[in-house]
Amino acid sequence: MLSIKNLHASIEGTPILRGINLEVKAGEVHAIMGPTGSGKSTLASVLAGREEYEVTEGEVLFQGKELLPLSPEDRAREGVFLAFQYPIEIPGVSTTNFLRTALNQVREYRGQEPLDAVKFLSLMKEKMALVEIDQKLLSRSLNEGFSGGEKKRNEIFQMAMLEPVLSILDETDSGLDIDALRIVSNGVNKLKSEKTATIVVTHYQRLLDYIVPDFVHVLYKGRIVKSGTKELALELEEKGYDWIKEEVDSTATV
Amino acid sequence: MSTLTQPEFVLGLFEAAPATFSSLRQLGKESFYAQGLPALKSEEYKFTPIAKKLENSITEFSPAEQVTISAEQVKSAVFPGFVGVVLVFSNGYFIPGLSSKTEGLTIHSLSAEENTPLGSIADAAKDPFTALNQATFVNGIHISIAKKVSIESPILLLQFHQAKGGQVISPRIWIEAGDFSKATFIDYHISLDDAPYFVNKVVEIKGGINADLTYHSLQQEHNQVIEVSNLVTDIQKDSQFTSTQITLSGDMVRNNLTLNLLGSNSVGNMYGIYLLNGKTHVDNHTNVDHTIPHAESNELYKGILADQSRGVFNGKIFVRQIAQKTNAFQQNNNILLSEDAIINTKPQLEIWADDVKCSHGCTVGQLDEEALFYLQARGIDKITARGLLLYAFAGEVLDKIEVESLQKYIVNQIQERLGSNF
Ligand SMILES: Nc1ncnc2c1ncn2[C@@H]1O[C@H](COP(=O)(O)OP(=O)(O)OP(=O)(O)O)[C@@H](O)[C@H]1O
Ligand SMILES: [Mg+2]
Repeated sequence: MLSIKNLHASIEGTPILRGINLEVKAGEVHAIMGPTGSGKSTLASVLAGREEYEVTEGEVLFQGKELLPLSPEDRAREGVFLAFQYPIEIPGVSTTNFLRTALNQVREYRGQEPLDAVKFLSLMKEKMALVEIDQKLLSRSLNEGFSGGEKKRNEIFQMAMLEPVLSILDETDSGLDIDALRIVSNGVNKLKSEKTATIVVTHYQRLLDYIVPDFVHVLYKGRIVKSGTKELALELEEKGYDWIKEEVDSTATV
Repeated sequence: MSTLTQPEFVLGLFEAAPATFSSLRQLGKESFYAQGLPALKSEEYKFTPIAKKLENSITEFSPAEQVTISAEQVKSAVFPGFVGVVLVFSNGYFIPGLSSKTEGLTIHSLSAEENTPLGSIADAAKDPFTALNQATFVNGIHISIAKKVSIESPILLLQFHQAKGGQVISPRIWIEAGDFSKATFIDYHISLDDAPYFVNKVVEIKGGINADLTYHSLQQEHNQVIEVSNLVTDIQKDSQFTSTQITLSGDMVRNNLTLNLLGSNSVGNMYGIYLLNGKTHVDNHTNVDHTIPHAESNELYKGILADQSRGVFNGKIFVRQIAQKTNAFQQNNNILLSEDAIINTKPQLEIWADDVKCSHGCTVGQLDEEALFYLQARGIDKITARGLLLYAFAGEVLDKIEVESLQKYIVNQIQERLGSNF
């Protein structure tokens, strides 16, 4: 479904991603871990189409289509969804307010009929239940005064509404208490299918107890330096990253 | 005070002035000559070179004659869903035949009300354009609302403008509202074609005690129009006055808004939006005078400027020494959508009392790129996303417009503009 080949990206001339290779197939869950500043969010942003990052090399195929030439909105319409690590606040725009526009533009792109207000509302109700989010929150200015957990829940709610093919969850677990973590993970798990795939970026193995990955990758200095199965996450939890850093830095040829 | 510019070119206007209110007009003329048109370096008109603009754009300094307006034109100009009184004007002349009435509202042409104390609220000595209007205004309107009358439906002043020869239109509006009265006005200017003209309008509003008055003004004329509008109101004890000024187009527009808080427990609200593109230049000068203790003023103006448009905001808050316990709030926020757009924003606070609550702030920024990306990442195209964000920015002011049909109309106009390649 997703095929990243030798992806290099930089910001303001500084290379951040330095040759990422990753294959994700439908039905799979991939976890990306790695020390802070290693480029995890950059990878997520580049996939979602953020313009500040300049792709200097490499290519990304999504369902056989070149992803990188597409605008952010077309990527979303094709089925890429990014749950932001730091969801921003937008004063004066509520979730309900923009999501219907978003959903209908996505539907139009996919050749589906637009949803009228009634159908939209009933879909909302259904998805709200999934992540146990309150309608009041959704009619408030986006993320303004939301708690950390509320922001993350709102991200997953939007994901549920937009029914993406590939979901990239950037530290959706950070700052969640154990109840919220359970709710959010349940939501994500219910949305999974054989046709969709999930990339979870996380620092903590505890998320992976709930969203069980098929593969775990370690990103360090802009490269995937180690890949394994879920046992790798346990090992990292126990030993930290130093052993990997040492391994990489001692054989570094750059 | 301004350096004197003695404009020959306005002479024609004086000559053509009607015979009514002769001593008042004479005073206006003298006051105008004492001030002259604001010179380039004039402090009050610093960023708005209006005299130069007039000299270059207005070919004929004579009053634009009344043009015939049909009932059809009136009908199609009224906002969809509007229910209320409609007062129709053609180039400043009031047209009773096309206007409607309601209980408690008395309306006369100014020529029939020569004892109207024009100039008692809008002081000709304070602004040359007020003086010019006082000397040369055409047949405006005298509106009065009886004591204790609450006019629930809004009163729409539909002002049609058309001046084939690039002439001058000088509307004059006098409103007096009795004690305990309530009314909402909508002042709406409409261009009938796209020939240039100069509108020099004066609105005076004399409120009674415990009155609740609202004056919405919508400027949406074509982009050759030069306009100076002076609105002055006296606000008495326990009264509330609210102004909203929405400017969507024009060549050069200057709005002077003056609120005199004259009685305790009075409230003055000043709200505005300017949504500018092309080369439109809009200057909002507001002035609230706290003359007594325990009064409140609230001000919020928001600007969105694209292309080479230019905005000026100058908000003066004057708190006299005896005006203790004053609350005065002012905010002006701007978004510049292009590198060539310019905004000059300045709070001007003069506070002589020591026990007051006063706050002011202004911001100038660009569109939030991160917010834009967020919405795009949800599948919304860039232009729509931009429209949503700008609309949200303006929304705080739009919410103040309580006349539903007007609010809807403006929302549509704004969304249409923002949703396009604005
Ligand atoms: N806008 C930017 N301008 C300059 N440098 C940036 C920018 N965004 C990211 N970087 C740098 O790129 C590197 C990778 O950042 P990124 O956010 O991708 O890391 P991360 O792996 O997600 O870290 P964390 O685990 O802390 O979220 C960091 O060194 C960061 O400082
Ligand atoms: Mg990150």
